[in-house]
Amino acid sequence: MSVFDPSESSLAAPSEGQSWLERIPIAYWVVGLILLIMPAIAGDFMLFQIFGWTFILGLIALGLMFLGGYGGMVSLAQMSIAGVGGYMVAIFGVSAIDTISLGWPWYVAIPIALIIAMLFGTLTGWLAVRTEGIYTIMITLAIAAAFFYFARQNYVMFNGFSGFNGVLPPMLFGVDWRGPAAFYYLTLFWAALGYLVVLYISRAPFGLALQGVRDNPRRMSALGYNVTAHRVAAYTFAALLAAIGGILLTWQSAQISPGTAGIGPAIDILVIAVIGGMRHPVGPFIGAFIYVILKTYAIDALVTLGLAGERFQLLIGIAFLVIVFWSPDGIIGLWDRLREDRKRDPLTGRGGEGP
Amino acid sequence: MNADLNGGSTISERLGATGTANALELKGVSKFFGALAALSDIDITVRPSERRAVLGSNGAGKTTLFNCVAGDFPSTTGSIRFFGEDITQFPPHERIRRGLRRTYQISLLFTGLTVLDNIFLACVGVSRSRFSFLRPGRDDALMASAESLVRVVHLEDAKDEQVATLSYGQQRQLEIAIALAGAPRFILFDEPAAGLSPTERSELIEILIGLPAHMGFIIIEHDMDVALRVAESVSMMHNGRIFKEGSPAEIEDDPEVQALYLGGEDG
Repeated sequence: MSVFDPSESSLAAPSEGQSWLERIPIAYWVVGLILLIMPAIAGDFMLFQIFGWTFILGLIALGLMFLGGYGGMVSLAQMSIAGVGGYMVAIFGVSAIDTISLGWPWYVAIPIALIIAMLFGTLTGWLAVRTEGIYTIMITLAIAAAFFYFARQNYVMFNGFSGFNGVLPPMLFGVDWRGPAAFYYLTLFWAALGYLVVLYISRAPFGLALQGVRDNPRRMSALGYNVTAHRVAAYTFAALLAAIGGILLTWQSAQISPGTAGIGPAIDILVIAVIGGMRHPVGPFIGAFIYVILKTYAIDALVTLGLAGERFQLLIGIAFLVIVFWSPDGIIGLWDRLREDRKRDPLTGRGGEGP
Repeated sequence: MNADLNGGSTISERLGATGTANALELKGVSKFFGALAALSDIDITVRPSERRAVLGSNGAGKTTLFNCVAGDFPSTTGSIRFFGEDITQFPPHERIRRGLRRTYQISLLFTGLTVLDNIFLACVGVSRSRFSFLRPGRDDALMASAESLVRVVHLEDAKDEQVATLSYGQQRQLEIAIALAGAPRFILFDEPAAGLSPTERSELIEILIGLPAHMGFIIIEHDMDVALRVAESVSMMHNGRIFKEGSPAEIEDDPEVQALYLGGEDG
């Protein structure tokens, strides 16, 4: 019942006199600066493939972190919702499949895509919140599987097996948003925005109440909260994050097909969230980075070692096992423990609780 | 056994409550767990400003009664009216939003949050900002009412402390502050004095007596002294039934009550 992060300050405005700018921890400045000047350091492949993909998968997994970490609900349908977002942009906007795509301008197609994806997420939540624990996972997995097969077999709307190609971001402000640096900043912007919004909401009434619902639904009900409505609303918000990620993902590969939202990718999102850690919104991005690095370089590493390259999933699996074994809270959990250890008195072994 | 009850005169009728709606009106409320009748055929009427104690041995069904009234689980039969409105089918949060409050015997507090945050969460729960995505600002009205509730239960010194670090007595006080959040019209106190030291006990009595005169409540209490000091009427429960209602003096003098409650051979 005490999973509220005690290290976070109280709701009441903490240190008076300090401006909000001064209260931003130094780590944020450092990481923020590095991320901003990254295009000057990193090559095109790094920017577009590694970081772009990290931010996108991180954003989709962020929705799962919000549901799982704050709401105690583990959903495997996040990738399907992302898929719906991507498909809708292709269907309502422009793609190479002009017999299906309606070709509406981006400022109409994107809002429609987001709304439909959120409706899909809300419906998923409405079904899933009636269950708990393993059954939530099962029902959302069933929804993910159903969406995958539906998209693969439906040719009227989803163009079946091949899906849509030629789905490109709009040429806004005369910028080609699929250029490496531009796409890097585009995905960085949405990832950072998503991160900050989740962090902010975690201490706003909605987020606090969600954590209350996770820790003690009966009590929340006795405080006047509609527990079911709160949980469903959390799914809706998580769906918005997934939908933004899904649209960016579609633009990155310029295509969307059933495989994008298959069972494998659905589970990958869970793996990402668990590797990174579900307790803090930074977790999914750390998890996504590790996942992307492994997925990109594992083949080369295996081949160098004289092993078959197609076994790269094995490496991801092993990494997952190692991290879950050493720290059930993911990488953030490891980090927290290291910090605790450093604060501990080396002689007495006591302390560890900062001021 | 409860023939005298069904015969007509409840304590409220004798006290002359007519006309306006009663705070709480239970008719024929029963609760079965399988074949076990935890409550059978309960009739209770409580006026809006009435302060009623419910006494009875362990397993008499007192907390089950609260659970049915607050909606923690539904009653099997019967009807429950709250200020005239039939709330029998309402989920708990709808009952709370109508001004019903309850405290829990086993504290269900958010131990990782501070005292103030716990009360704030309760204030938000009965407000319209339940789904607010905005953090409370410096002059937030709900935060201000949370602050004032902290003072009502004398927890000013502990308001920024995590609930996990509070003493048991302080946690009980916090329970009461949470029950007072928003605009309560009627409160169910489930053994608020259980496990308190004598000093804490008298502090609690002070808080209860100090509640606004219009605010009625039902208090479950094992300690006769506490119950009889804060309550003006008493219902005695035994084996899921109410078998006696009356003023504290009547109850204390009743031979049947003395046999059951003070002689107490069964639990």
